[in-house]
Amino acid sequence: MPEALRGIGVGAGIVVGPLVRMSGPPALPEPRAVEDRSAELAVAEDALATVAAELAARSSKATDPAAADILDALSMMAADPSLSERIDELIDTRTDAPHAIHLAFEGYREMLIDAGGYLAERAQDLADLRDRVIAVALGLSMPGVPDPGHPFVLAAADLSPADTAGLDTAQVLALVTEAGGPTSHTAILARALGLPCVVGCLGVTSVADGTVVAVDAEAGVVEVGVGTERAAELRVRADRLATELAAVTGPGRTADGHAVELLLNIGGPNDLAGLAADGATDPGFEGVGLFRTEFLFLDRTDAPTFAEQRAAYAAVLRAAAGRKVVVRTLDAGADKPLPFLGMEPEPNPALGVRGLRLGRARPEVLTEQLAALAAAVADVDGARVWVMAPMVATAGEAAWFAERARAAGLGTIGAMIEVPAAALRAAEILAEVDFLSIGTNDLTQYAFAADRMDARLADLLDPGQPALLDLVAYCADAGRELGKPVGVCGEAAADPALAPVLVGLGVTSLSMAASAVPSVRRSLAGHSRADCEGLAQAARHPRSL
Amino acid sequence: MVQRVVTVGSASGLHARPARLFVKAASALPVAVTITVPGKPPANAASMLAVLALGAVQGTEVTLAADDDAAGQGQAAVDELADLLAADLDAVVPDA
Repeated sequence: MPEALRGIGVGAGIVVGPLVRMSGPPALPEPRAVEDRSAELAVAEDALATVAAELAARSSKATDPAAADILDALSMMAADPSLSERIDELIDTRTDAPHAIHLAFEGYREMLIDAGGYLAERAQDLADLRDRVIAVALGLSMPGVPDPGHPFVLAAADLSPADTAGLDTAQVLALVTEAGGPTSHTAILARALGLPCVVGCLGVTSVADGTVVAVDAEAGVVEVGVGTERAAELRVRADRLATELAAVTGPGRTADGHAVELLLNIGGPNDLAGLAADGATDPGFEGVGLFRTEFLFLDRTDAPTFAEQRAAYAAVLRAAAGRKVVVRTLDAGADKPLPFLGMEPEPNPALGVRGLRLGRARPEVLTEQLAALAAAVADVDGARVWVMAPMVATAGEAAWFAERARAAGLGTIGAMIEVPAAALRAAEILAEVDFLSIGTNDLTQYAFAADRMDARLADLLDPGQPALLDLVAYCADAGRELGKPVGVCGEAAADPALAPVLVGLGVTSLSMAASAVPSVRRSLAGHSRADCEGLAQAARHPRSL
Repeated sequence: MVQRVVTVGSASGLHARPARLFVKAASALPVAVTITVPGKPPANAASMLAVLALGAVQGTEVTLAADDDAAGQGQAAVDELADLLAADLDAVVPDA
């Protein structure tokens, strides 16, 4: 039996393939006396130029504009004239090239860290860049995603957006990282790409390159040193799993037929492009559980017009072909700044004027959005729209929003539960509106006081934590009492292991990336409602087991 | 020496996209331009790292300076960069 490493599984599927590690940062050799300063200088300059050119080439090839921007900025830093001047000065004092590069980058890193805030976060970019340049100067392969020329399982301590920008899914079979939790960058990326993934998998970077491993995303297990016979056996299981996933079709339901809507999270009409053609006939497409409307407001200096918004919303409603579409009103703030709102930078944007709170400063933006949505509903025959506000904290805020949405002529009004205070008072909030949708990513971040982007806090960000499930239960209980729906639209909803637990708590719909639907559907089909309730009970009270 | 004082117009300040556009424009100029924020030494406008480290936000008053010459290239360079800084260069990228 091969050795098995355990972690947190993301998504579903089993793959078998050779593991290749992302090259780690190079170790600095002992300092040495420099004999030939001009040769040393040439080594350093060549290394900077090589790294800058490699990043620029990746930037121009990247299909995702955000990835292209990140790579371009990194390339510009590697080509920075001040950096190269500083390295020249250091080599002039007979520092060897790797140490000169190291010291020059450290100087700028300290400058950024001292500047604080956003710039301090960019200090990590400089550390990545430094490692790349030093590796080239030492004649080693650059740290980053390897390109062995055949399909492989990618193993890494952690993956940053710079690493994964432009990841080739034809080559990468699965992702396994030592760090990270279920809402980490790696996990979100894996779900978006539909790649099997195990995060928080300690020991995986000690496995030698080329070792054949089996990644079971659902079980969260990586088998190391898989022989030919075992590989064949696992491939049969993988095929059977794929067949099973394909075999369970139709609307979401438990083994005993209790219906749970499986909805999609979308960021714009493009996400429904594939469904637009057969949306009317695909029985697996039950509707949209989270339509983020930010796409209309980004990349611009003025607010989108009423007519523009109306047309964009109508496009999504048409693509949904009469299915429910839950629209979230603009979710912006200092954490997601929009130029036309003219918001001042905040010292702590996650706790500032964001989500529905924006309505305090700019109520007319919300009023216009609601009016445009109501007009779009009138434009599309059979449109079924639910509208909800992000970041509601109190029943008063929910009532304020509901009054405006009803005044605009919208019928089904909801509140997102992302703030622990709102979950604790879910019944009062639900009395003001028609439904709740729990955003588990922010709810976890606020409940555990743990930045959702901080991989070091992955254990705290696990939505399977009993305290988080308690908050979900308060919401579900309120829904049961009042006879109103309560859904989940955070990453937790996309986790096939957690889906039955959420249903057991009383959640009535789960909304997720399209790639996650088949495995969640299959997971629910494998549990009766009573099983789900038992799982929920056990998950909330792990010590009583 | 020619100088111009200008207020940063981009909503997210002088980092991310605005910083890239500014540094690219400065790198393409035939003369060296410095950018200074109050309380810090002048920075090379063609240096991404130095420009980022200024920490300029929307509304920060910065001073652009270049050596002038007979052809007026210094003045032209300062004017071009000043116009760029005053404009709103933001394009916000959606979060993941």
